[in-house]
Amino acid sequence: MRMKLDAAHSRFRDEVRQFLDTGVPLDLRDKCEAGKRPSKDDHVRWQRVLYEKGWMAPGWPVEHGGTGWTPLQRVIFDTELGATPAPPVIAFGVTMVAPVIIAFGSDAQKKKYLPRILKSEDWWCQGYSESEAGSDLASLKTRAMADGDHYIVNGSKTWTTYAQYADMMFFLVRTGGDGKKQDGISFLLMDMHQPGVTVHPIITMDGGDEINSVFFDNVRVPKANLIGEEGKGWTYAKYLLAHERTNIARVGLSTRLLAKLKRIAAEEQMKGRPLLDDPAFRARIAAVEIDLLALESAVVRAVSGDKTGKPPGPESSMLKIKGSLIQQDLTELLTEAVGAYALPYQPEWFEPGWNGEPVGPDYALGLASTYINWRKVSIYGGSNEIQRNIIAKQILGF
Amino acid sequence: MDLSLNDEQQLLADSVARFFAKTYTVERRRALVASELGYARENWKQFAELGWLGIGIPEDLGGIGGGPVETMIVMEGIGRHLVAEPYLASAVIGGALLSRGGNGAADLLVDLAAGNLTLALAHGEPKSRFDLAHVETRAAREGNGFKLTGHKAVVQHAPSADRLIVSARTSGNVATADGITLFLLPAKTPGMTLAPYRTVDGLRAADVKLDGVVVGADQVLGPVDGGHALVESAVEKAIVALSAEAVGAMEALLALTKEYLKTRKQFGVPIGSFQVLQHRLVDMFMALELARSTAETASRALSDPDPRYRARAAAAAKVQAGRAGRLVAQEAVQLHGGMGMTDELAVGHYFKRLMAIDVCFGNADWHQRRFADLA
Repeated sequence: MRMKLDAAHSRFRDEVRQFLDTGVPLDLRDKCEAGKRPSKDDHVRWQRVLYEKGWMAPGWPVEHGGTGWTPLQRVIFDTELGATPAPPVIAFGVTMVAPVIIAFGSDAQKKKYLPRILKSEDWWCQGYSESEAGSDLASLKTRAMADGDHYIVNGSKTWTTYAQYADMMFFLVRTGGDGKKQDGISFLLMDMHQPGVTVHPIITMDGGDEINSVFFDNVRVPKANLIGEEGKGWTYAKYLLAHERTNIARVGLSTRLLAKLKRIAAEEQMKGRPLLDDPAFRARIAAVEIDLLALESAVVRAVSGDKTGKPPGPESSMLKIKGSLIQQDLTELLTEAVGAYALPYQPEWFEPGWNGEPVGPDYALGLASTYINWRKVSIYGGSNEIQRNIIAKQILGF
Repeated sequence: MDLSLNDEQQLLADSVARFFAKTYTVERRRALVASELGYARENWKQFAELGWLGIGIPEDLGGIGGGPVETMIVMEGIGRHLVAEPYLASAVIGGALLSRGGNGAADLLVDLAAGNLTLALAHGEPKSRFDLAHVETRAAREGNGFKLTGHKAVVQHAPSADRLIVSARTSGNVATADGITLFLLPAKTPGMTLAPYRTVDGLRAADVKLDGVVVGADQVLGPVDGGHALVESAVEKAIVALSAEAVGAMEALLALTKEYLKTRKQFGVPIGSFQVLQHRLVDMFMALELARSTAETASRALSDPDPRYRARAAAAAKVQAGRAGRLVAQEAVQLHGGMGMTDELAVGHYFKRLMAIDVCFGNADWHQRRFADLA
């Protein structure tokens, strides 16, 4: 069950849906419908379709290529986009670094990077976490020393998603700082294709290789790539993290997973009847569906009266926590729905061009891997424990 | 009433702990599951020499006697070290089926106890879900023997088994308990093809297709049309054994997570100094202890004469193992943060094994329903 909107917004939703239903190239739709991992080119191809339509960066100011939609329209769009079987839009450029460049960057930076982000000409990655600076991000140690009109960067970053694809990285470094540990941090942009930058894949427990460690050995970064002021990086980082968290509610994606779960449960048999007819399983599906309606209501409620698009506040932490738990409940139920066929591990099936015959029903493929991989969603972008700290401090006032 | 282990059981527990501590590190396990066989023949020989393959087999057939409590002790060790050898498939399930397989099976029990025979039960089918009575595979009479046609799904350890124990319907309708017969088939039987693969936990399984496989009457295991009771009893032992394995795996995860909370520093202190994380570990601990207690009760119940008490205790243990296993595994990953997501750490491997244990022979929902139905 989805939330009903007023007439004007439901017309808007229909318009968005109409485009998304037909706009996704068919091969990409099939791939994503089947749960396969899109390639770098797949992502870029779909993002360029959105760009041609003018919908690549709805949240940006109109002068940079935004749509001028209200915050509610943007939420509706994000939800419908997430519900569409298409490669997910890679957030690092368009919804993570771009708002920071727009809010705090120089005119030259805006001119240089924003159009390239809009057209998906640069693939961005994020350099925040370090092995000793995870939840305690401000204790990061990667250092940038001034050298004429450059910084010399040494250190390393970890959990860097898609660093292997990236042309650019935005990252946090220490430029000074004997005072408070948040004070000496700066926000830099870096070209990934240069001497001294090494990317090492980290294999995750599902067998995937989308995350990496990135090492910097005397990497030269022009001072022109500093965002805002030296030492103010922490402020910009917090601004960015709040943006990441609204995105992370992922109502649309969960809506799609829920529909898939119902389809599979109708197909699977238990004692000669569809699993979907089993009262216990039905009740578990209903529980998640109610949670999802609650989340969607909370997301819409947070933006409905807002005409200006004020930056999201600490309440986005709640959306992140609940959104991640719902995604995890759904991937768990999907895995359970297929019984013993959750067990075969057939990673070759994810490879492009593999034509072998899989074991078990097609819809069971990859469900277990997704369940395992998605344990990350309650960890990345600030773990759910850190999000609870934010709510406790900033909303409840402890 | 004394629930502690007797002297012999304590000796067994010590030998299990010693052997696995010596032979099973995370790195060795990684190499083993990547090898062609998927486990070490040498370990299997050692299992035989230590008597573990003879648990529940009478001494005159080369066994060491004992019963479910001894099996529990070995299975906990297997869980604690993520052991890849087919102990459950061969010794627990295979042993249980051969023990009730009539006179002809006695020689095979000798081979099993000696480590010269590995087995796999090919019973579940694509549409059976976890229902043991649901068998579509047919065994049509042909001369003095039978002709088998059908599809067996996710047969664990089938690729390395010397023989498969295959169930097929000799009479009755698809979901009736009566009319199921068990057959013993050598791995290389004409008309039987295996599609082997790895399972999420790194172990091996296969889907087995039977395309008019001709078998002799001497390959029938147990009574014709009476296979369901054998399977049910073997699976009862299997789910209790799996519950004990889950206990071992949870124990390992709790220890790893406690260690991580004590050593990982953020904000200038070990993260274990935060009470909110201590409480999460306490919840894991409680889930483990309750699952352990239920698994012990169920292990002892397997020797009880009342079939309903046996069945309900076994189902309860599997429910506890499934739910507790999920909680402990998910929390262990979460409390390890990004590190918990990596293939490098053991945490993820335990996570995947606990996930597989829940699915094997019926998940927590399934056995909860059985528990209610058996009341």
